[in-house]
Order: sequence, then C-alpha cells, then structure tokens
Amino acid sequence: MKASEIKNILKADVLTGEENLDMDVFAACGSDLMSDVMAYVKDNVVLLTGLVNPQVVRTAEMMDIKMIVFIRGKRPEDSIVQMAKEKGIIVMTTKDPMFIACGKLYSAGLTERGVWD
Amino acid sequence: MTNGIIRQNFVIPADDFTAAGEASSSVKKMLIQLGVDPQKVKKTAISMYEAEINAVIHANGGIASVEIDRNKIFIRIEDHGPGIPDVELAMKEGYTTAPDAIREMGFGAGMGLPNMKRYADLLEIKTEVGKGTTVEITVYLS
Repeated sequence: MKASEIKNILKADVLTGEENLDMDVFAACGSDLMSDVMAYVKDNVVLLTGLVNPQVVRTAEMMDIKMIVFIRGKRPEDSIVQMAKEKGIIVMTTKDPMFIACGKLYSAGLTERGVWD
Repeated sequence: MTNGIIRQNFVIPADDFTAAGEASSSVKKMLIQLGVDPQKVKKTAISMYEAEINAVIHANGGIASVEIDRNKIFIRIEDHGPGIPDVELAMKEGYTTAPDAIREMGFGAGMGLPNMKRYADLLEIKTEVGKGTTVEITVYLS
C-alpha cells in the first residue's frame, strides 16, 4: 500500500514528507510502547501511535521506520516534526482513534504482520 | 573499512529525555557512512539506544564510548547511578523500577535490558549498588 493511500483512508494531514508519499508500506504496527516497537517490529512498517514525544521519532530512526501516523488528532510540536523531516520520515495525523485507524487500514488490505512472531 | 580502529566518546546528558538518543543517532550515521551492513547497523543502534535511555532514566546520564574495527563494534555505556541490585531480575521482560513519568514517555516497561540482549551479539553488565553500572555491547562484523 502506498503512503498516499494511507493518507486518504485515514483522512490524515501530512505534517512532513509530502514528497515521499509514493513510498510502499507492507505492514503496520500500532503501539504506544516504544520498547515493544523496538523488540518486535519488522522493516517497512507504518507506526501508528498515540504517544507524542521526540522519542517516537528516535525509535523510528533506530528501527528504519519511514512513516509515523499520530492518532486521535494528536499533533506533535514543530521541533518533533522538524526532527522527522531531517531523518526523511513521513509524519501524519489522523482524527481516528487507534482501533478505528488500524481497522480501516486492515480492511483496505494492509494485512501483513508488522511484528516478528 | 580500513584496518584502523575508530574511537569516539559521547556524553549522555542527565535528565534530558528530549536529547536521549542523540549519541545512538550519531553512531548509527557513522556506521552507515562506514558502509556497515544495515542489519548490523540496526542491531547496534537499538541496543545502544536502550542503554542510553536507561542511563538517562536511572543514572543521571553517563558516558558512551564506541570502538569500531574491522571485526566488531564495541560500545561501553558507563554511569555513576544507583547500580542494579539484582541483574537477573532486571533482565526479565516486564520487570521495571522506572517512575511513572518515564512510562508516560513510552519507555520503562521492563524491556530495555531484554532488548539489549536480543540485539547485541554479546552483552556484559558490570554493576555495583551505590557506585554505578557499565553496559558493554558487542556486535560482530565478520
């Protein structure tokens, strides 16, 4: 699934990375616990999270995650968006809560597991 | 990579959760520039990042020293914090002594040391209560 499709499905606002929306995403991970993300997540995932702080971007950087969607209409501070921009990470925000956002993406065909079993 | 050894030290600042991870980020960039295999870069970055976060959470920061040669990446994170009374217990997934404020930041769920062990090829922890902790992470390149 293209990042641009995720934007449309979640009616999300793109905060940075508009130029990279052609990127392919193969799986998703919804988590507010960054240590879990680091323990289990695979490559090429989109990270959906309700946690808003610089360590979300740091975790994405360490894990080679290239796209973050903040849920429930959360908007990170400009400094966090800027940090993501420098690292080439797409950042979006959607009004959907976690369960609905994940459900919409899953129903639209993003069904691969984002974690190692 | 040349036959030489690359050495670099980083200060991990105390109580600055915003800056936590900058040393790991620098090391990651360095390894990519050196042409290290991406999977090994990732293993190193994650284990160092968890150790760095731990130093910030528990020990008022510390010093990270990094050595890279053709065979391995070696990272030592040294702090003068409270030490770990029971390392075996601390290695268990889910065991944590982190305060609520840290849990609200998405960490402190008792995954730090287990994650370091998961990603490092070799993990050594030297700790003394009241003196501090040194974590040594090795990732082999060959």
